[in-house]
Parts: sequence; C-alpha cells; structure tokens
Amino acid sequence: MANSPNKHAEKVHVSLTVNGEHTEVAFAPHRTLLEVLREDLGLTGTKHGCELGECGTCVVLLDDRPVLSCLVLGIDCAGRSVKTVEGIADGPTLHPLQEAFADLGAAQCGYCTPGFLLTAEALLEEYPSPSRDEIKQALAGNLCRCTGYIKIYEAVELAAARLRGEAAEPKDEALYGRR
Amino acid sequence: MAGGNGDALRVVGRPQRKVDAVDKVTGQTRFADDMHLPQMLYGKLLRSPHPHARIVHIDASGAEKLPGVKAVLVGSELPIPFGILPVSQDEHALAPDRVRFVGDPVAAVAATSEDVATAALDRIAVQYEQLDTIASIDEAVQRAEPLIHDYGDNGNLHKLINLEFGDVEEGFAEADVVREDLFFYGGNTHLPMEQHAAVASYSADHKLTLWSSTQTPHYVHRALAKVLAMPASRIRVIACPNGGGFGGKSDPFNHEIVVARLAMKTGRPVKITLTREEVFYCHRGRHPTLMWAKTGVTKDGHITAMHFRTALDGGGYGSYGVASTYYTGALQTVTYQIDRYKFQGARAFTNKPPCGPKRGHGTPQPRFGVEVQVDKLAEQLNLDPAEMRLRHLVPPDSLTANYMRVGSIGLKACINKVVDGSGWKNTFRKLPEGRGVGLACSGYLSGAGLPIYWNNMPHSGVQLKCDRGGGVTVFCGSTDIGQGSDSILAYIVAEVLGVDPFEIRVVTADTDLTPVDLGSYSSRVTLMSGNAALQAAERARDMIAPEAAAKLDVPRERLVFAESRVFDAENPEHAMSFAEAVQAAEAVVGTIGTVGSYTPPESAGRYRGAGVGPSPAYSYSAAVAEVAVDLESGIVSVPKIWVAHDVGRCINPTAVMGQVEGSIYMGLGEALMEDMAYREDRRVVHKIPSMLEYKSPTTLEMCEVETFLITDPDPNGPFGAKEVGQGPLLPVAPAVANAVYDAVGVRIDEVPITPEKVHQALKRKAKGHEARYGPMSFPDIPWPDPTRVPTPAEGGDGTTAVPPERQH
Repeated sequence: MANSPNKHAEKVHVSLTVNGEHTEVAFAPHRTLLEVLREDLGLTGTKHGCELGECGTCVVLLDDRPVLSCLVLGIDCAGRSVKTVEGIADGPTLHPLQEAFADLGAAQCGYCTPGFLLTAEALLEEYPSPSRDEIKQALAGNLCRCTGYIKIYEAVELAAARLRGEAAEPKDEALYGRR
Repeated sequence: MAGGNGDALRVVGRPQRKVDAVDKVTGQTRFADDMHLPQMLYGKLLRSPHPHARIVHIDASGAEKLPGVKAVLVGSELPIPFGILPVSQDEHALAPDRVRFVGDPVAAVAATSEDVATAALDRIAVQYEQLDTIASIDEAVQRAEPLIHDYGDNGNLHKLINLEFGDVEEGFAEADVVREDLFFYGGNTHLPMEQHAAVASYSADHKLTLWSSTQTPHYVHRALAKVLAMPASRIRVIACPNGGGFGGKSDPFNHEIVVARLAMKTGRPVKITLTREEVFYCHRGRHPTLMWAKTGVTKDGHITAMHFRTALDGGGYGSYGVASTYYTGALQTVTYQIDRYKFQGARAFTNKPPCGPKRGHGTPQPRFGVEVQVDKLAEQLNLDPAEMRLRHLVPPDSLTANYMRVGSIGLKACINKVVDGSGWKNTFRKLPEGRGVGLACSGYLSGAGLPIYWNNMPHSGVQLKCDRGGGVTVFCGSTDIGQGSDSILAYIVAEVLGVDPFEIRVVTADTDLTPVDLGSYSSRVTLMSGNAALQAAERARDMIAPEAAAKLDVPRERLVFAESRVFDAENPEHAMSFAEAVQAAEAVVGTIGTVGSYTPPESAGRYRGAGVGPSPAYSYSAAVAEVAVDLESGIVSVPKIWVAHDVGRCINPTAVMGQVEGSIYMGLGEALMEDMAYREDRRVVHKIPSMLEYKSPTTLEMCEVETFLITDPDPNGPFGAKEVGQGPLLPVAPAVANAVYDAVGVRIDEVPITPEKVHQALKRKAKGHEARYGPMSFPDIPWPDPTRVPTPAEGGDGTTAVPPERQH
C-alpha cells in the first residue's frame, strides 16, 4: 500500500496474455496480479480470502503454473500468460473439472472454487492419474470452509478419469452416502 | 406428509446439481466485492487499538484535507444504537464515546481509491483515555468495575438464567451413580473464505440500496432503517450470495451502516471490503464456555436428573448472546430421556471481539459436556456407551422435561449405523495403546420456533409466478450462503408443478422484490422457506389444474404434473404441455401468481426463556471417531469419522452429503486446533488475526468420512425434510475426546484437544495423578432465584409454578 497516495506513481503499461487473448493494461506499479485482474481487467472470477498468501483462494495459472495472484506483482507478468477461472471452459462447454465440481457439489459457496479448479487443472496436466494422497498434497495450499474437501477430491478424481477418456460416473456413495 | 404429486417423487430425493452450480464453477457468481458501480468510492474503517478506552477527542481534519477523500464519518453522526436482539441494542455504527475491544470501529472515510482511504485513516487523530479491562469470565464475575455496559443482569454479567424443571435433588437421590464434571469449550471463529463486503448507493430521490454479504438481509434492513432514521420503504437490501457464512454474517454490522451513510453523504456509491484481520475483529463466533455438569443415573444408565451450568465469555457486545446463553441449556434434553433438569447460564461481557452464533449456535459446547460425561458414566456403570444411549432415547412425539416437543427421532438408526459401519464392537476398548474410537450423538433445530424480534407474522414467505411460456419464477427472501437454499426452492416447486428445476428462475434475498424470510440461521431455511414454497406451488397447481382438467376432459384427481407436462394418470399420452396448461388457466382466472408462507407451530413451553430451543423438528446425528495419539508428543490425528444423520428426507442427497461432510470438517477443526487466542496480558489483543496462524484443517488434516443418511420423514418438514447444515458438527468434538480416552486413557475435558493438553494429561497419568486435562473450578456466580417449571411428567403445563406463598 502506497504511503503517499498523492504522489501518484506513474502507471506502467504491460502486455500479457490473459486466457489466450493478447491484453494491454496500464496500472500503478505496486498493484498485484490479483488487483490487476479484478480491478483493471474486470475479471472478478478470481477471488481473495486474505491478500497475504495464506489461503489459496486467488490461485491463477501463470505460464501454466499455479501462483497466488495476491503475491505476484502485475508488472512481473509482462509478456507472460495468465489463465483465470474465466478461461477454463471451452466457450460454452465446461471443462471436465467444472462438470465434476458441479455434479458432485464440490462448489458450495463457490468462493474458493476458482482457486481449486486452477490448482487441480495444473495437477492433472502433470499427473493425469493422481492418487488421493497426491490430490491432497496438490490442494493442501487451498482452504475451503464448506466442503471438508471430500467432494473436491471426488470431483478431481472423476474429472481425471474423464480426461483420460474413461466413461466415469460419480460413485453411488458420493451421491447418496453409504447405504 | 405434505406435498406430492401422486406417490412418485420425481425431483425430491434425487442427486442434482445446484441451480447455481454452473455460475460457481465458472466464476460468474457475483459476490459483494465483485460489484463495481460507476463513480464508486472506497470506504475504510478506523478501528480502536485499545481493548477498553474512552474516546476523549477525534480530530479528522487531517483526513478531510487529503485530496481524494470525499467524506469522513465519526460516531456522533450516527448516534442511534442497534443490535440483532431487541434486548441488546448496544452497538453503534462508530463508537461515539467508548471502545470495548481491539478492533471496535471509531471513524470511517470514503475516498477515490483504497490507497487514499487507507492513508486518510492515518490522518485521523483519536485521543483515548485507556480504561482497565475485563479479560475473562472470572474477571467479569469478580469485578463490576469498570462496567463495560450500563445494562445487564449483574455488573459485567450480561445475562443470568436459572431454570429448574422438576426437583433435581430428588432425582439425584434416586440415582445409583451421580457424577460432577467440569468442561471447557474454547472460542473459535467462522473463517468464511469471503471477507465481508458491502456496497451502498443512494439516489437523488432519496432511495438507498445496500448490497452485502449478509445471511440476514431482513434484519440488516431493520437496522438500517433504525440507525439512519429512514423509512424502511426507502431502503433496499440485497444479500449477495455469501462466500461462506456459518453464522458469521448474521448480525447487522458496523460497516454495513457506515457504507450506507457514506453513500448518503457523498451522493456516490461506496464499497467497503473488510481485510481478513478485520473479519477476525467482527467475529461473532463460538462463545468460549466453561461448564459444570452434575448427572445422576440408575444402574442401567437412565438419567434421573441433570444439573448443567454454563459461563460464556461474550466479548464486548450483546450480539446474539442472550439467545446463545439460553442455547447452552436448551437442547441437552432432546436426545436421551432426562427426568428432571436444571440449567443455570451466565454470559459475561469482556473486552474482546463479540461472540455470537457459529454453526450449532450455543449447542456444541454443552453437547461436548453431555457426551463426554455420558461416556464416563457408561464406563462407571460398565455399560457399552452405544448401548447405554440406545436404551434411553427420547421417544418420538414426546415432550422433554423443559418442554421441547420432539417429533420424529431417527437417533436409534443413526447409532446403529455408525456402530455397525465402524465395527465398534470389535474396536471399542480393544485397540492397541495409542489408537482408539469414541462415540457421540446430538440433536439440533430445524429452525428456531420464535423470531428474533417479537411478531406474529410468518417466518418465511414465497411468491410464485407462472408465465405463458411455461416459465416459473420463485421469489423468496431466503439467502444462499452456499448451503443451497436457492436450489431447495427450485426443487420443491419443480416437484409440485412437474417442471425441470433448472428452468425455474429463483429470485432471492432482495427486500424490494422478495417476501420476508428471516434469514439463513438456525438451520431454518429448508424447512421454513421450503414449506412456504410448497404452499405457493400447491396453490399454483390448484389454480391451473381445473382448467387443464377441463381442456383434457379428465377428472381433476387423475391429473399428473410431471415432465413439464400435465397428463392423465391412466393415459399418460393424453397430455398438454405445462405452458399450455398455464395458458388455459390464465385465460379463465387471469395472471397465475400465488403466495405461500410458513409459521412454526406454537411452542409447548410458556415460561420465561421458553422461546429458545423449540423447533418444528429436530435432526439427529451420531458419530464414531477413530484417533491415533502419539504418546511422546500428544499429537492427535483423526484418520476417519463415521457419521449418520437423520435428515427426515433428502431433498437432494448429494447436497445433504456436502453439508454433513462440511459439518464434520468444521467440527474436526474445533476439536483439534481452531482457537481464538488472546494475549494473556491486559492488552487483550487477538494473538493471531490471520489465516496462517489461526489453524484450520487443510486437506492434510481432514479425515476420511463415511456418511450414512437416515431418512425418517417428519410431518412438519417439506416432504418430511429436516435440517442438515449444523447438526452433524455437534458430535465430532466429544467423539474425538472419547476416542482419545479409549486410545491413551486420559480425559481431555477441553476443546480444542491440542498436543500440549494431551501431553500434560499423559504426564499426569504417568505420575499417578488424575489422568485428565480440563478446568478445575467453576466461578461463584450470583444466580437469580430459579424459575421453577413442573415437568410434563409431573403434570406441568409449561408454565411457571406459582410460588407457594402466592397460592393463598
């Protein structure tokens, strides 16, 4: 936060790729990628829970790697590629992760969901068949207060299977409980 | 059972997406901080750095002079107090003369950017005169000076309750075993992922609109009208979808009133988004609660009497605290039969962020005490704790000693499921040292029987409109906080009208557009707004059916509304579309619009205090926790919890599963780590107002959960449904504590069960001392004379006994 707000720092002009599109944006040099996305580019799908790098809510992909956008400066993204939740679906067709999150109720309040989706997407890109423990490790930096994470694991596993081309369906137990 | 369209249910009971699921997975849901209005300003609150101080002087001129600052606000401009409960109107939007905790707001600014607003706060000079602090329950009991508030039952004791249902001493005399135990349940907070945010806009024709992350738009509406001294009809409150609530967004908050006043002052829209640190100061979380429980049982485990005392650390303001205090004594009786019952509860004012309602509101603390004590009693009686509970369940359709009317109770099935599912009979007291299992149960409200402010109007209302294209829109004041209440409205209406729930528009939580629903608290929404939606939908079907029957030339009772069609049950091909049916009806009766509303049944108790605890239906849960305890470090890990929950009926089983798993998660956090900790010196500063330091379970701490859903439809629920959002949290902490005892033979009578506590208890055990960690005493509280209410078994009618001296 600037101590002398009246001495307006000169804006920097940055070119970057956002969700596959060439984007030009000017902003004060101290602004974080989170602020640039939400406030300068109007991409409010990226959320914040602490703005201190503690909760994982603001995860986006920077050159395909998950980063906490509240800890990345916007100017450091010049010439790089950013992917946000708005860029996960293929036009009107949801990504298998989005389908699975919707079907299993892995998004309750939905506030942490964008961060989980992007972290999971990066995981599945690298490890198409992660074990439950590998999923837990990959998602350990993302906090969710609604789900207890279980529906999220199940959704990631379901999406992983579908991305591998398997005709996977949600497990009966995930939908109805143990009978 | 109400509702239905023939016997077959086509929507209710099936796994479905939530109606807002696609918005949520695509990042399109508009939370309050996602709002941006043209010319919008940014507001910031200046908060007190002192836990208790008198405000001597505020000089805001430095802030006013800063370019970009458009308005500065201090407490004297908003002198009218507010508070969620009519009996606790003790808050001000900005403290006018006194601050009562670190974080209490004293001034506010609106500026062209957040940077300018933040810089402006540094230019507001506040001169404080520091006052001595009250930092604990004990201090509040011991010292009436300094007095934190000029109201309350006794000095710094905000509320004192003393209720006696039958003569407990007589009950203890009948008992074979009587135990006294002390318990402590630490304070913890909701920690919703979304930081509270509010946006206000004030138009030149004097209309105010507030968008806010609130669970209770109706109560915010009332508070704004009061504090701003404006007609409620000029104020519109829209609750945005909440990014998690858990009770933490149920009070009207300072920032909601301040942002509205700043918009009025500047004539421009203003947004305030709290920082995470500020969310910790808003708090309203779990009351730290000290408990003393004395329970008498016969040899077979029947409870002849229970005497329960609670002392709650309330923090700096009233909030829901009076209700919270009653709740620490209300629901002990709804699980196992208790012949005679006495409850004494006290809430202290202290110089900490105010406590209020968190998931389970006032009931996880006493439930922890009851369930751990029952475990100890079972051991003393040489009974299996599951068996002891099963023998003495409250019968269905009965009145408890304190006049809670229990309707359906599926607790027997819950206990049997987790006992069988977990292999309890082969593990309890049979696992090697360091591993153990523990069992606990609970019951919870499906909505509070009484509203927060006294009135005799419905608790929930729905309007419903059917258009010529077959579209259906449901309007309801209920607020989706992630629990899925918007979807519940759609599913229920879809079931009755035979349309696709995803074709129904749901308009909610907007005081201009939607009929009042009291809010998303006390697990009331599925039952209450669900019943209102059910009534509205049935009335719409009743409007449409005669004309559709006439058009199809079929007796009305043979009509089925399903598959977006209306057809003859005996010849399903003989049909018209739902849209055609609406058109046929509209041609005859005019616009197809209906209303529905819901008012809970009258409660049985008529004594003072009987308003807290009654509910149209109680949900029940049972859980078995498995733990591993490291004997060196005292670290407790929980690999698995088996839980069974009696939800009456699942409107959507997958959504129910989500609530159960989420409750287990939050209960596990409370059991093992979550703690609102304050520095022990007189500064009463929150130790850890950050998500990194306030420990909550990550994926690595969360246990495996095996869930059993018990359906035992309750006549008061829509399609028989009861609550699920809060109840399953309750058994977690006591089940873990009981499992720790099974594992290593030490009693941790205190939550959270941290490694330090286990380690200390293990050390004591090794030295041959009492193998226990927990509170050692209960303060000497100046209880008022008891309100004596004869129990139903004694022929009582729910009223207070007439004192003998007044009988003649």
